[in-house]
Order: sequence, then C-alpha cells, then structure tokens
Amino acid sequence: MQDNLVIKGIEFRSRLWVGTGKYKNFEETARAIEASGADVVTVAVRRVNITDRKSENLLDFVDQKKYKILPNTAGCYNVEDALRYSRLARESGVSDMVKLEVIGDERTLFPDTIGLLKATEILAKEGFMVFPYTNDDPIMAKRLEDAGAVAVMPLAAPIGSGLGIRNPYNLKIILEAAKVPVIVDAGVGTASDVAIAMELGSDAVLLNTAIAGAKDPIMMASAMKHAVIAGRLAYKAGRIGRKLYATASSPIEGML
Amino acid sequence: MKIMLNGEDYETEASTLRQLLDELHVAVERVAVELNLTIVRRADHDSTYIKENDAVEIIHFVGGG
Repeated sequence: MQDNLVIKGIEFRSRLWVGTGKYKNFEETARAIEASGADVVTVAVRRVNITDRKSENLLDFVDQKKYKILPNTAGCYNVEDALRYSRLARESGVSDMVKLEVIGDERTLFPDTIGLLKATEILAKEGFMVFPYTNDDPIMAKRLEDAGAVAVMPLAAPIGSGLGIRNPYNLKIILEAAKVPVIVDAGVGTASDVAIAMELGSDAVLLNTAIAGAKDPIMMASAMKHAVIAGRLAYKAGRIGRKLYATASSPIEGML
Repeated sequence: MKIMLNGEDYETEASTLRQLLDELHVAVERVAVELNLTIVRRADHDSTYIKENDAVEIIHFVGGG
C-alpha cells in the first residue's frame, strides 16, 4: 500500500528526514543518511573556505539524484539574515525548499516566532517552499500555515537536547488543526521518541544529533528508519484504548 | 586590486566575478555569489565587473541540521 508523503506535488519516499551536521567526516555522513533511508537531507549555508580551497564538498557525498536537499537558515537571529541565507541557498540551484529558522535565543535555540512568521510570509510570496522550524504552539502553527508555509515543523524539544517529545498534547492539537503536513523537528533522542511522534500522527520526523551523536551513528540511523516505519504503521493501524484493568486474551470457555 | 572577500581583505587580479571564481578554483555550480549584498546570478558572473573595495561573498553548503 502506497503511503508516501506528498507536499506540493513532490513525493517523498521516506518519512524520516535527516541532517548532515556533526558527523566525523563526509564518509560517515554518507553512510548514515544511506542507512536512515531518508530522501530529504538538510544542509547549512556557509562561506566557502577561501584559504583551503581543496577541501571536499559535502555535495560530493550526497547524491542529488537520490536525495532532496533542504537548505536551512540555522544561525540566523533576525528576519533579514534568514531571507539573505534563503535567497543565497536558492541561487545555488539545488532547491526551492528552505527549512526556515529564525532563532530567538542562543541557549535554547528556540525560534523567534514573530520573526519566523514575517520571514515565512515574504519567502512564500517569492515562491519558496517554506518549512518553518517553530515552537510546539498550535496557534503559531496555524498562523504559519496561513502565511504560506508548505508544512510546519514544530520542535519536540530544544535542538540537540535529546529530551524527546515533551509536549505530545500540543503536538496532537497542532496535528488535528493543520491542513499542511506536520514534521516534528528537533530534540528527539532515540528510536522510541521517533515512534511516539509518528504514532501521534506526525507526517514525518526530522532529526540530526540523535543519529550523528550516537555511539554508532550508522546503527542508530537504521534504528530511526525502523522507528518511523513502526510508528507510522501503528498510527494507521489504530491503537487500542487505555484501560485501568485487565482483559484476558485467552478464553474462559473450555477451561478444566 | 583590493576587495573584501568573505569578510576578509583579498588582493585579486580578476576584473569580473567569473574571473575571481576561476582564480579561486571554486566550482561555480556548487556556490552562490553576492556582490555588495546583492545576489549575482550564475549567468551574470561573466558580465559583472568588480571594483576596488567591493564586498564579495561566496557561499556553499556544509553539514547542518
């Protein structure tokens, strides 16, 4: 049964999206994203190193026939910078998509949602496919959708924290109200966190540190791949209700 | 000629953006270029002249989440 995520006519083979940061080297990056089964990988926009021009390029290790590139605006603390990075990313020619981050605070890396909303509005009008990284705030998710976001990406917990799904109830409300796909982004620590996000009905999960920071990133990438599939199937299968007391699985009839 | 390249002083022989990228051995298809805060499309690199004290930014993609 075909169950691919489709956004604006683009089909995504996997509901696990992964970052490319914090790996030991590009070989490890390539092996981890391969093991994760992801078809979307995020990248950051930075200055070319002018003094070390022979250094390898990330895109030499990420086959663009296999993966969709999702540039981010990580490190941008105001609307102007986020717009500048987005436009530069698009000019480089790999993608019209942008994972839009307007960060509000260095310690938490929580989004500045006021700036995020403004930037989303502007970039959507310029024809970008905007994927805003936002808080687990149902009202803001709705506002971003109205501003032209093609999906919303609420955080599970602070970026890189590994705290997991801290507010499943807010995520549930976001999911119920959203007319665009909801991709849980940031803060998951391990496979069960990913499964919970998917069981809630999330359309996809985006993560980086949980794989890159694991003792064995390749094995964790594989675990995440299976967690997304398991969580999605469980969501679609429909879980049983929670009851306080037992219900026997074996019949009483025929007992001695 | 002295320009600002990626935030640092840089001495170049180039007179167009394209020549600058060639001088730097930068793979054009992997980067985006800004001249004095305005993006210059790849197709216009050849015809875009740089002058003393211009600010040029060349970006590419690195690992990120």
